[in-house]
Amino acid sequence: MIGFPILSIITFLPVLGMFLILFMKKEQPNSIKYLTLVITAVQVVLAVVLLANYNYSAAGVYEEKSFQFIEKFRWINISGITWLGDVKIDYFMGIDGLSMPMVLLTALISFIAAISSWTIEKSIKGYFALFLLLDAGMMGVFVSLDFFLFYIFWELMLLPMYFLIGIWGGPRKEYAAIKFFIYTLFGSVFILLVMIGLYFSATELMTDGNRVHTFNMIALMNPANYSSDGILSALNPNNLRLIAYIALFAGFAIKIPMFPFHTWLPDAHVEAPTPISVILAGVLLKMGTYGILRVSYPMFPDITRQLMWYIALFGMINIIYGALVALAQKDFKKLIAYSSVSHMGYVLLGMASLTTVGVNGAIFQMFNHGTITAMLFLIVGVVYDRAHTRGLNDFGGLAAQMPVYTGFVTVAFFAAIGLPGLSGFVSEALVFIGAFGANATRILTIISTLGILLGAAYMLWTLQRIFFGPLNEKWATLADLDKREYAMFIPLTIIIIFLGVYPSAMLDIMNSSVNSLVQFVTTTISTTSLSGL
Amino acid sequence: MLQVGLTHFLIISAVLFSLGIYGIITRKNAVMVLMGIELVLNSANINFVAFSRFGNFGLNGQVIALFVIILAAAEAAIALAIVLNIYKTFTNVNVDEIDHLKE
Amino acid sequence: MSELLINFSIAILLLPLVGFIIVVFLGKRFPKFYLFEVILLGIALVLSIIVLYSKLVYLNTTDVTASFTWISMSNSPAVGSISIELGFKIDNVTALMLFVVNLISFLVHVFSIEYMRGDKRYTRYFAYLGIFTFSMLGIVLTHNLLMMYIFWELVGLSSYLLIGFWFEKKSASDAAKKAFIVNRIGDIGMFIGILILFTQYKTFTFDVIYQQIASGILPFESNAWLTAAGILVFMGAVGKSAQFPLHVWLPDAMEGPTPVSALIHAATMVAAGVYLLVRIFVMLTADAMLVIAVVGAFTSLVAATIALTQNDIKKVLAYSTVSQLGYMVMSVGVGAYAFAFFHLVTHAFFKACLFLGSGSVIHAMHHEQDIRNMGGLKKKMPLTYYTFLISTLAISGVPLFSGFLSKDGILAGTLAFGKLTGHWLIPIMGFTVAGLTAFYMFRLVILTFHGKPADHHKYEHAHESPFVMTAPLVILAVLSIFIWYTPNPIGADAGWVLKNWIKTPTQVTPLETRFEFMKPTNSSRDSKTEVHQEVTHSVEYTEAIHWAHYPAMFLSLAVAALGILIAFIFYQWKKLNADKLAGKLKLLYNFSLNKWFLDELYDKTAVAGTLNFSSILAWFDNKIVDGIVNGSAALTRFTSKMSGLFDTFVVDGAVNFTAFFSGFVGLSFKKLQTGKVQTYIVFVVFAVIILLVFFKPF
Repeated sequence: MIGFPILSIITFLPVLGMFLILFMKKEQPNSIKYLTLVITAVQVVLAVVLLANYNYSAAGVYEEKSFQFIEKFRWINISGITWLGDVKIDYFMGIDGLSMPMVLLTALISFIAAISSWTIEKSIKGYFALFLLLDAGMMGVFVSLDFFLFYIFWELMLLPMYFLIGIWGGPRKEYAAIKFFIYTLFGSVFILLVMIGLYFSATELMTDGNRVHTFNMIALMNPANYSSDGILSALNPNNLRLIAYIALFAGFAIKIPMFPFHTWLPDAHVEAPTPISVILAGVLLKMGTYGILRVSYPMFPDITRQLMWYIALFGMINIIYGALVALAQKDFKKLIAYSSVSHMGYVLLGMASLTTVGVNGAIFQMFNHGTITAMLFLIVGVVYDRAHTRGLNDFGGLAAQMPVYTGFVTVAFFAAIGLPGLSGFVSEALVFIGAFGANATRILTIISTLGILLGAAYMLWTLQRIFFGPLNEKWATLADLDKREYAMFIPLTIIIIFLGVYPSAMLDIMNSSVNSLVQFVTTTISTTSLSGL
Repeated sequence: MLQVGLTHFLIISAVLFSLGIYGIITRKNAVMVLMGIELVLNSANINFVAFSRFGNFGLNGQVIALFVIILAAAEAAIALAIVLNIYKTFTNVNVDEIDHLKE
Repeated sequence: MSELLINFSIAILLLPLVGFIIVVFLGKRFPKFYLFEVILLGIALVLSIIVLYSKLVYLNTTDVTASFTWISMSNSPAVGSISIELGFKIDNVTALMLFVVNLISFLVHVFSIEYMRGDKRYTRYFAYLGIFTFSMLGIVLTHNLLMMYIFWELVGLSSYLLIGFWFEKKSASDAAKKAFIVNRIGDIGMFIGILILFTQYKTFTFDVIYQQIASGILPFESNAWLTAAGILVFMGAVGKSAQFPLHVWLPDAMEGPTPVSALIHAATMVAAGVYLLVRIFVMLTADAMLVIAVVGAFTSLVAATIALTQNDIKKVLAYSTVSQLGYMVMSVGVGAYAFAFFHLVTHAFFKACLFLGSGSVIHAMHHEQDIRNMGGLKKKMPLTYYTFLISTLAISGVPLFSGFLSKDGILAGTLAFGKLTGHWLIPIMGFTVAGLTAFYMFRLVILTFHGKPADHHKYEHAHESPFVMTAPLVILAVLSIFIWYTPNPIGADAGWVLKNWIKTPTQVTPLETRFEFMKPTNSSRDSKTEVHQEVTHSVEYTEAIHWAHYPAMFLSLAVAALGILIAFIFYQWKKLNADKLAGKLKLLYNFSLNKWFLDELYDKTAVAGTLNFSSILAWFDNKIVDGIVNGSAALTRFTSKMSGLFDTFVVDGAVNFTAFFSGFVGLSFKKLQTGKVQTYIVFVVFAVIILLVFFKPF
């Protein structure tokens, strides 16, 4: 174990950076940029340190002692208000196999996005300050184990995102930013409600022998902690668990985004500046599925089993629907946005299977989608920076003009299609294997495989329209990639290929946690009474 | 034989009072208004003295009448001073035009 | 020995990949580095010859396997551990395929040195060839379905890159896209088939799956699912081997450079489908085999009828490839396993030779591909002509050439199949196709090489190709002669290929799902647990094959001769006018010329349907789904506006009204306040009077 609170550092380092930037002079844009780059680079280093010290066999999920890098102390302590009871909220961080890949992804994508932010010209100081705040919020979501803390980070990240889209965005930025903000806030309200409901339904045994209400996620997962009169307790015959589950799911589903809650995504993506699109697609969408795995699944195992078919159904709809709508797009960025909808459908499908293979595939797909889609949005950014248009029909023949760029594009596109040898294939295959293996989701899986056909169709069509054919004379002056762009593409390409060839590097991280999660969700009986009381 | 009684005094007093009020209301000149006020005061004095003579109130009425005369003198002095100030401010003493109370 | 085989195989597999990496990263700076690719391929060829030799000579009956765990998920609840293994299996089929692929790939590399010279992406071309060879070798070497699928997709990628190599042409990029997507359709089926098998057996490895099937474990405990799995995996072959109805991509794939067509779209990649069928043969049920046979036979017929009227030299060859692949598939379907693979090998050589020959012609004619503009090239390009002729004789099924051996075997197989099961339509289609093949191939030869030149200008400039191009032709033509396969030019059975190397393995499917003739008749029924050991056929089948041998041979000879004769009558001696005949049979002619209108059909239905549906969905997404979102936003805004109005006018209105009322009252009384003391006194006086009157104190 490491002797310093690494999770707090990795989370709050960007906040520190933000304050430093606020004290810096506006006239020194480069030092602001380099500071951001250094902060995100340190984050990557810290993530690697985490990985190096990571215990692959510790499961976590519902067992507090097998979480790693735990930091836990009392944060808010209110007592003496009689009608409220004791309010005890912990500052509780730790990671397991579900969050470790996400922490790696967040650090990586933030770093890449920081490089990509070099082209930002408008009020640099504000941009990078908000950027770092966003970074902190994302990281915090993935390392928090206290629901309250989780929720704070969840909301914290909304604010900078709103401004980053709303100020540095495209022509319809205000509309997109407000839509994003209100839509996600709308979802958060549900999460908040369920969170409070859980708080009042469950208690945690303190060391002094008292039972107090708790936001501790691990305590909330234990059916033994629920009292029989809690509204979200399975012991209560009039409980509201089903409704609460659906509300919670809807809250997370908006973030994924799941059909029919997905329409904020294309607008937000089209208007957001490239690095923000990268973060949005690369990390933010994962928070929805992560939330489901971290919160909905273990806290409501009974309802999860009951509703798995519907989750898979929505996964299938996401896959097919997203792909079909992507096929009809004429804007490059919008197409990629819809492809994200389609690809997140695989995550849902894999999760819904409730099999080890499927859930492993789902988490792996979350990571891979993060890297692949980040690359796709960077690709759009490169061509948009040069040509100032994203219309798919405006281009043609760029392959001859920008061969290196085309090479990276080919890798990214084929990774998105799920070509073996690249990481996307492994996760999609695992999702399909897992989902096919579960009786309930078998037929849905068969229909979902159409997604890989449609995916190939829209990706290859795009490739053809932009890169093949005779060179449009208008673009004969476009330059190929510069060094900074190499720096963005090469790490992602290496990761995509490496994980395609050697997926175990990532799968081993999550395997024991996923096993533990699947075991917990499929076997836990939520009506276990309060034992020992 | 006409016996001069209380009633006569009261009638004179009432007539004086009415004349005084009339003067106060109708005159435009502030000095004339003041003179009306004097009349009203004096009608009150007549009443005091009359009641003192015919009622059994002792000499209280006459004492008060003396007070009123003194007060009237003081009042006249102050009022004339005010009238002079008004004249200085407005260059006339026409009470119709001095309606600043309205505001 | 087996370790040597494995190590060599790994080397063979990785050498082209190394070449790819070197060329793709350094090719721009060092244009000469393409030679790396060629040299590495040469080394791989030598190694594969060593592997072939040692396998056939020293380990003829033992298979060598090696595997490692790629993905492992230990302690999965309710399942135990799941591990996904990748690995090699080298049996005789593999060793032969290794040799064939490496040889043709090497020859194509050599041929391309000259053919592609001057292309602006010259080194890139060799890199692509390298990645293709790597992927193809992966398919050949694999011992499991997943790795098969992985490399299956990778050959799809390299095929995509090479078809679209001249991407400036719209037709090329269209063809590349079409190839990939059409293949994906088949791949989806294959993938679902793999999923069925994996879900039941928790492994992708062929042999483990077969052992479990043999021991009576069926997918979801039903024969139907086993059949379904077989047919679904076969769908992969339908895509990759261009079987009806997914054959439409292969003719379009001719947009790629001609050596690529020879390597990928004639000899190796498209044969991967057949190779897959050979691999899964033992788990095919009778129903699945019948489907396969019918699809194969129908494909070969469709393609042959289309090839009759095509005028592009490469298109003719492309359809002939489809047709021959149909033969192989049909052959697997009727249980003639060994002949299917045998035909794969012989076809690979003579078809590669034909394509490279056509490449030589196209090169000489400065990228003229229409055979109506050729003619008389025999004199100008003798070497090309004779090698082309030999291959044509082979594909037409003329004795003394390799094609005759394998084709005759297949036709005998179909005949026996017809006799045993009553499905006579399959042999009828088979023989028809044999005749058609002989006809259109000779039409091609005659129009291209015989007669008088149609385009004198181009003819004058035509010349024999240089040595690096003709040498591969000669090697391939030599390999199309019978002697390499059997000492008896009319009896393939006597040859070492079929006698010693390739044996039909025992099927593992439950007995009740097999064809009658596939059931072993001897008492050793319990031998079903042994995989890949002995020939599976019953006595009746052997008898039927014997019975079919001579009729099949004579019949195929007859139809081939007839086809050749008609071709000569029409095109060499011009006794009959082909155009006139075409005019008379306009309907049929157009049907054939336009490829049965299948492309149009697909464009109008599947492609247009999908695109329209996607536009509708996009509209739905934009207007309805997003409309609901925006609508609810608008509704919220409307509500808030309404409550804003309520607030302004009702709530705040009440407050303001109070103020306003006081103001109003004040205003009205303001009139009384004149500011004149006298007025006030009047009021006072009147007030006093009124009070007096009211209260009457007196």
